Amino acid sequence: METLAALLHGFEVAISPINLLWALVGVTLGTAVGVLPGLGPALTIALLLPITYKVDAIGAFILFAGIYYGAMYGGSTTSILLNTPGESATIITAIEGNRMARNGRGGAALATAAIGSFVAGSIGIIGLTFLAPVIVEFALRFGPAEYFALMVLAFVAVSAVLGNSTVRGLTSLFFGIFLGLIGVDLQTGQPRFTFGLLELLDGINVIVVAVGLFAVGETLFLAARHRYGQDEIIPVRGSIWMTAEDWKRSWKAWLRGAAIGFPIGAMPAGGAEVPTFLSYFVEKKLSPKPEEFGHGAIEGVAGPEAANNASATGVLVPMLTLGLPTSATAAIMLSAFQSYGINPGPLLLQNQPALVWGLIASLYIGNVMLLVLNLPLIGLWVRILAIPKPLLYGGILVFATIGTYGISQSVIDLVLLYLIGGVGYLMRRYDFPTAPAIIGMILGPLAEQEFRRAMQVSQGDPTVFLTHPLSATLLAIAVLVVAAPQVYRFYRRNRPPRD
Amino acid sequence: MRLPKAKGQVALAVGVIGLAAVVWHQTTAIPVSPIYARIGPTVFPTMVAAGLFVVGLMLLWQALRGGWQTEEDQDQSPVDWHALGWVLAGLVLNVALIKPFGFTLASVLLFACVAHGFGSTRPVRDAAVGFVLAGGTYFGFSRLLGLDIGTGLVERLF
Repeated sequence: METLAALLHGFEVAISPINLLWALVGVTLGTAVGVLPGLGPALTIALLLPITYKVDAIGAFILFAGIYYGAMYGGSTTSILLNTPGESATIITAIEGNRMARNGRGGAALATAAIGSFVAGSIGIIGLTFLAPVIVEFALRFGPAEYFALMVLAFVAVSAVLGNSTVRGLTSLFFGIFLGLIGVDLQTGQPRFTFGLLELLDGINVIVVAVGLFAVGETLFLAARHRYGQDEIIPVRGSIWMTAEDWKRSWKAWLRGAAIGFPIGAMPAGGAEVPTFLSYFVEKKLSPKPEEFGHGAIEGVAGPEAANNASATGVLVPMLTLGLPTSATAAIMLSAFQSYGINPGPLLLQNQPALVWGLIASLYIGNVMLLVLNLPLIGLWVRILAIPKPLLYGGILVFATIGTYGISQSVIDLVLLYLIGGVGYLMRRYDFPTAPAIIGMILGPLAEQEFRRAMQVSQGDPTVFLTHPLSATLLAIAVLVVAAPQVYRFYRRNRPPRD
Repeated sequence: MRLPKAKGQVALAVGVIGLAAVVWHQTTAIPVSPIYARIGPTVFPTMVAAGLFVVGLMLLWQALRGGWQTEEDQDQSPVDWHALGWVLAGLVLNVALIKPFGFTLASVLLFACVAHGFGSTRPVRDAAVGFVLAGGTYFGFSRLLGLDIGTGLVERLF
């Protein structure tokens, strides 16, 4: 009941005209960047971080949440019509949805993706509404040792689970933590890794890193392989109104997708790929027509899209209750909290109820807006896809430059941006995931803080992390996540073949 | 077939190990007050250096054994140096000119170079689009968000 009253209050906040406007701007912008290949919510929110100096926290977060949500709707449009997954979580949609579009059923594919996202998103938000207070209750008992262990687990999970390789994920993570360490150490006042540059004393701005990795790196990567592969946009054919049979085949897939996506997203490990693949697999198993999979089965779009959206909502649970971001976008939202001087964590719900509940309420509203915006206006979104590449990437780099140069007017920042862009290019070229770098950069300093706090409490005794049962358990899980697949592979390789 | 690809990966792995060495070296340069000796500002950097070193070695091992990217993994076509060169030229020009010429003009050049790299053959149109875009973002950032981007040749006209 308490929760419902709080949520009701949240709606009062979210429904004020100015906040409704922020939500509308957010979902519209989010859909647009989701549709555009090469742009994503993490990059967009990073570029918009300077508004935290001007706009109040509630407005800014409603805008960011709208972008976060809208980008997922837009991303599915691109995967269906272009067969270029905007992000790894839409790979499945790109396979199955693109087949449907080629078979002249693009309209139905877009509809089941949008409605499924709406259904699963709503379920996810309801889950967030009721799960968040419970986790806060639990997390209030955490000490520094537990927090540190939890962060280690999140680090390991995002590096090992996201992407294809644990080693490359960890490389990206350590690189990010290194970037986060640059600057003055807040506890002792010692400069670290500043290489004698005054500009680095305040640390590297997260905008520089996010924009460098995502915008500059991506543009360089696409330029380097420019001659190869032209994407073909498949025009939307077929009614966007689903037939009775489409509905019948979709609704269970939506619910199952939401049931798979939300819990996995809400875990401190996060990640949207696992639930989408899992949902695809489940739908294929349960479908009476498994032979259609790979040739445009509607369940193969409905399930994974629902799972994707529900898990994205789930990611907000550890983010809002523990201050633990498990995706690049969530990490950048965390740095937005920091720029308001707010520390997300169990106390957030008590100290900033209007902000948290207003944000959650605006998710409900944004989700409805997106459903209305997406289906009827699909023609408009498709037209965005037709922006010529030269203009699109020229524009991306101009935005990247102003977003970076504008905050500091420092040419050093600009050089850093392009250097990190070069690193981003190498990461794309050699298949390193970028999200762990962003998460490491933002969460690294917090992890260090908790680590040192825990060590101070224990008077320098490092066994504190192992004598607290919860922290020991979390660390054990972290070790398992890294070691288990390797051990398994080693065992399989060295086992004599049975004959 | 596999050799030239793995060469890049070997170089990358060596680079990661090199970064570990730099982090290690810079960590030893952080002065530590004896009060913080145990849990001071060097503990975490040391862990990062060690971590980078270990993953660097593992990457090197993988690279020397043929690399982690197979032919099918990714389209490993040779780099399009023409396109990449134009984009890089745009970035270098931008860094060099943004102070003396101001944001708008430097951005127009950046935009035109990138567009040309991506295959555009209409430099005048590109410059015009770039001008509108850069002017628009300049206006948005400086007037609406109040960020001071500095004034150059073009900005003074507004």
